Amino acid sequence: MVDTARTENTVTIRPPSGWEWIDFKELFAYRDLFYFLVWRDIKILYAQTIMGFSWAIFNPLIQIVIFSIVFGRVAKLDTGGIPYVLFSTVAIIPWTYMSESMRASSQSLVQGQAVLGKIYFPRVLYPITPILAKLVDFGISLVLLLLIMVWYRVMPTWNVLLLPVLIVMMMAVPAGMGLWLSALAIRFRDVKFAMPFVIRMLIYSAPVLYSATSISPEYRILYALNPIVGVIEGFRSALLGTPIMWDSLLVGVIMSGLLLFSGMLYFKKMERVFVDVI
Amino acid sequence: MSSKGPVIRVDNVSKIYRVGVQDSASENMVGAFLDFIRSPLKNYRKYRSLYDFSDVLDDGSGGEDSNVLWALRDVSFEVEQGDVVGVIGMNGAGKSTLLKLLSRITPPTRGEIQIRGRVGSLLEVGTGFHPELTGRENIYLNGTILGMRKKEVDRKFDEIIDFAAVDKFLDTPVKRYSSGMRVRLAFAVAAHLEPEILIVDEVLAVGDYEFQRKCINKMQDVSGEGRTVLFVSHNMPSVARLCDRGILLNKGQVVQDGKVEEIISAYLSSGSGVTSERTWDEAEAPGGNIARLRAVRVLDKDGTLAEAVEITDPVTVEMEYELLESGHEVVPNVHFHNEQGINVFMTVDNDKEWSGRPRPAGYYKSTITIPGNLLSEGMLYVTPSLIGLQEKRGEFLVRQAIAFQVVDHMLEGSARAGYTLQFHGVMRPLVPWRTVKYENEHRSQAG
Repeated sequence: MVDTARTENTVTIRPPSGWEWIDFKELFAYRDLFYFLVWRDIKILYAQTIMGFSWAIFNPLIQIVIFSIVFGRVAKLDTGGIPYVLFSTVAIIPWTYMSESMRASSQSLVQGQAVLGKIYFPRVLYPITPILAKLVDFGISLVLLLLIMVWYRVMPTWNVLLLPVLIVMMMAVPAGMGLWLSALAIRFRDVKFAMPFVIRMLIYSAPVLYSATSISPEYRILYALNPIVGVIEGFRSALLGTPIMWDSLLVGVIMSGLLLFSGMLYFKKMERVFVDVI
Repeated sequence: MSSKGPVIRVDNVSKIYRVGVQDSASENMVGAFLDFIRSPLKNYRKYRSLYDFSDVLDDGSGGEDSNVLWALRDVSFEVEQGDVVGVIGMNGAGKSTLLKLLSRITPPTRGEIQIRGRVGSLLEVGTGFHPELTGRENIYLNGTILGMRKKEVDRKFDEIIDFAAVDKFLDTPVKRYSSGMRVRLAFAVAAHLEPEILIVDEVLAVGDYEFQRKCINKMQDVSGEGRTVLFVSHNMPSVARLCDRGILLNKGQVVQDGKVEEIISAYLSSGSGVTSERTWDEAEAPGGNIARLRAVRVLDKDGTLAEAVEITDPVTVEMEYELLESGHEVVPNVHFHNEQGINVFMTVDNDKEWSGRPRPAGYYKSTITIPGNLLSEGMLYVTPSLIGLQEKRGEFLVRQAIAFQVVDHMLEGSARAGYTLQFHGVMRPLVPWRTVKYENEHRSQAG
């Protein structure tokens, strides 16, 4: 825990005090638990369903179809010449991952509270687990996206090299948010009620359905303070070859780093009192 | 692990909980409206007060605040390697809180705890089981939650399923398990954790008798290997048998710390266990039109009220009752149940003076004396009853009205005769044995 000094085998348990940093050594010692928690999340998600993992394809597929019809055909938004299906799919996939893992992460502690009161393990494993588990769905959707790209005969450019950085960023944002929100949710159940609203706000503020180029340049840095912007425009650049907006991306990297860092700090501070305020 | 100093050192540890944070309600509408506006801030302060006790600790009142509960107060003790310590106390004495602090579930409010070695806690087995996962998968998940590495689980896997006896259902989701199977599996995983320090809280309250015995044996194995065990239980016979040292807690403080026999006696005689006497006045006396129960009590061999009696000593049960009408033939009787709910035996009034003939109205006292070396150790619950023979119905029957503990300090002259391992059976009569040695095998056939 926060206030646990681990020297070899000796553990000192003290009252909580001040800010502390995550004990990565201890986390490493629990790596097998982490593995099984992730694996459990993946396995039970589609347990007792007839379609199993096909849901992972079905869900984004339906969303893509709806968005394409509503925004591509009816609203006729400017996509810079890219077929709207591709334009929106490339954004919906990372966006779905981020919102889903953020939602699961923020509720992870409240849902696991029965275990929290009975046994000790590094609490931080709980909000981090969905960040990895949801990557499975993300991977499946990514294959779907590649198929659409092949259909439209879109060749990736060198921009695709940016993809690993973007994926890390895409994981850091919900991880940071999840650390903050899960720690808050255990004390304030308001978080649960605020989540759908927050997610809806994020989807419309992020350039999922429209292009970030439609924001006038003087506000773009301000706009990029939402790190989701950098991730989604980045995915478009990496996979569809639209010009990379370096300034937005840089702001996004800094913001997601800050989010993750502050989330860890806050989570660590609150971790020890979780059990007493459930 | 070397034996340098204690493996557990608890140093002036206190734990405070906030209870009953009062909301003050406004009396007028404007006030109520303002309260409503202010409530987010107020709620924030309220939640903060749940874990921030600086106000209580710093105001100089010594923490005497009606809103706080000292679950533990300045508790200090040390445990050496290999000690098997029983933590005893009434409900609310702070036992569970102490174990929660030791297993790092919640932090102390004040003080410091040092622990050397891996701690395995069985505070409630089976936490972290997921109903959708199979038995096999849950073994791995639960094992790693308890702090094992995957390799360790691999290595002990066969032992675990053997212990739990669920090998046929390994690939069945746990949601289809019976509750007994689930508990067995959970304990099996926990029991194979091989911690240096094992913390056990009332695990033995679950499972059938057979399984409880297995658990006790497993714990004995653990402590036999020089590991340290902290055991919290209300089951005095298991505490007495397993532990060599006891810590008695009361209202969050250590009352006594010493040899387990002394601690158990102190606990039982403090009246915090069960009552060994109950009396009823006329208005509330249980019974029908014919008879009313007025008192029932347990006495030791000296005739004093006793919560605990030595297994080698006789024990007396007295029952006082009133007959309201003359001319009824009645049979007073007493049932004795053990902790497993088994009716150990029943006995009826066989006093020659009254058997088979109607009694006049009035007050009666029946006395039963159970000889020593007959009952088994453990709690015995006494159910006094009275039956009207002509009416063929019970006049009164007060289930488990009182109880007493039969304790076995392994004294001379008990049925143990020096045998110190687990002693089975609901009764433990001292039965005469005669064993002779023959010079050759033919004699035994001839005899």
